[in-house]
Amino acid sequence: MSKFNKNDNKYIISYAIIMTLVFGSVLAVVALALKPKQDAEVLLEKQNFILKAALGEKAMSTMSDEEITALYNETVKTVVVKADGVKVETEEASINVFKEYKKPKDVRELPVYKVYDQADSNKIKAYVFPVYGKGLWDFIWGYVAVEADLKTLGGLVLDHKGETPGLGARITEQEVQSRFIGKEIFNANGELDAPHFQKGEGNTYEGAHKVDGLSGATITAKGVNNMLDDYLAMYKSFIKAQK
Amino acid sequence: MSTETIEKTNDKVVEVKKPSEPLFSKKRRQLLSNPLDEDNPITIQVLGICSALAVTVALKPTFVMAVAVTAVLVLANVVISALRNTIPNRIRIIVQLVVVASLVAIVDQVLKAYSYDIWKELSVFIGLIITNCIVMGRLEAFALGNKPWDAFLDGLGNSFGYAWIILAIAFFRELFGSGKLFGFQVMPDGYIGNGVMMSPAGACLLLGVLIWIVRSRSGYVED
Repeated sequence: MSKFNKNDNKYIISYAIIMTLVFGSVLAVVALALKPKQDAEVLLEKQNFILKAALGEKAMSTMSDEEITALYNETVKTVVVKADGVKVETEEASINVFKEYKKPKDVRELPVYKVYDQADSNKIKAYVFPVYGKGLWDFIWGYVAVEADLKTLGGLVLDHKGETPGLGARITEQEVQSRFIGKEIFNANGELDAPHFQKGEGNTYEGAHKVDGLSGATITAKGVNNMLDDYLAMYKSFIKAQK
Repeated sequence: MSTETIEKTNDKVVEVKKPSEPLFSKKRRQLLSNPLDEDNPITIQVLGICSALAVTVALKPTFVMAVAVTAVLVLANVVISALRNTIPNRIRIIVQLVVVASLVAIVDQVLKAYSYDIWKELSVFIGLIITNCIVMGRLEAFALGNKPWDAFLDGLGNSFGYAWIILAIAFFRELFGSGKLFGFQVMPDGYIGNGVMMSPAGACLLLGVLIWIVRSRSGYVED
């Protein structure tokens, strides 16, 4: 290596350029090669979440990846609506909930996942709606299942990008999500009244609209509340039209 | 003139005859074993404890983190060691960072493709391997001045030194925090998890105790 002067600017600059090109191309190749597998994982997670919201965690916990995909293809049908409840012709697969989230509410395209009974393919078990919102540090999202009676919350799956571990990140815990099961989304007058996390934790609440809160994660819990309010309001026309 | 030539040839002969070091000489075995105990990156050098506190809530993600750090540290050590004679001194830290960051990005992508659940849990910390002091420390202190095979062993030794510590911490945190090991319930039903163990503060306490034990065994004292 003595033929090069390692302290020469030309050597240093060319070294930097070559190094950047080499490592840049290696990274590009790796990313391209792994992309299909990663996309498959993301799709599988979505299917898993939708079925989990509709059928409950217990039913899903023993299923293999292939079984989840098969069950999803067999029992889930999709429609896409707008906030006024009118169906649009967009394919569900082309919708990115995050991109829609950034649009004004009245132009958002909202996918609905109708989960049918596996034994009776004409009987709807639940309607699953994707929801998206803001937590404390970053975005939170999830899937809300509304049962066939169109008022009972059958299940909720939540996920997040960067909530605090042990505090806000607890929204991904099964026990926390199950607190919403069986609550109702409309009040006695038929007005939207989504179940909300309350302040404090360890309390039991009477009634169908209050949920035991998350101690130490007030802002994340509020984020979940707002997210449910926002999206259920947008899906309200669709839900009313099903009755 | 003639004597000079002879001397030169003699020099060369001596150089060629110099026996190459055995693949696992005593010195090389020490490269592997020292970081496990008396030169441990965590308990003695107190490097890389950020991730030791953050990822050790349960054994499974900890194990993946240990594998990821091992992959990055060993490969980075070998790559830097192989390039050591070409790297311009003035940009050597940048070169090290590029190598480490590329390797970390690859590990991140591979995990995302083949272990999506764990990737979601660890993604932030995988990214932080780039700034893990153990990696930069070994590159700067060892790989830049040693041959690839030695650097390989050194990387392996230090990763294992890191791995056993974080696995030990994760073992106790998962056992007492959630009553499980690798996700399987081992504590009797009705065991109420210890909240401190679930929080990073619990890891800090455990790590303190571990450092105490290791140092009192080896008699190491800070200068």
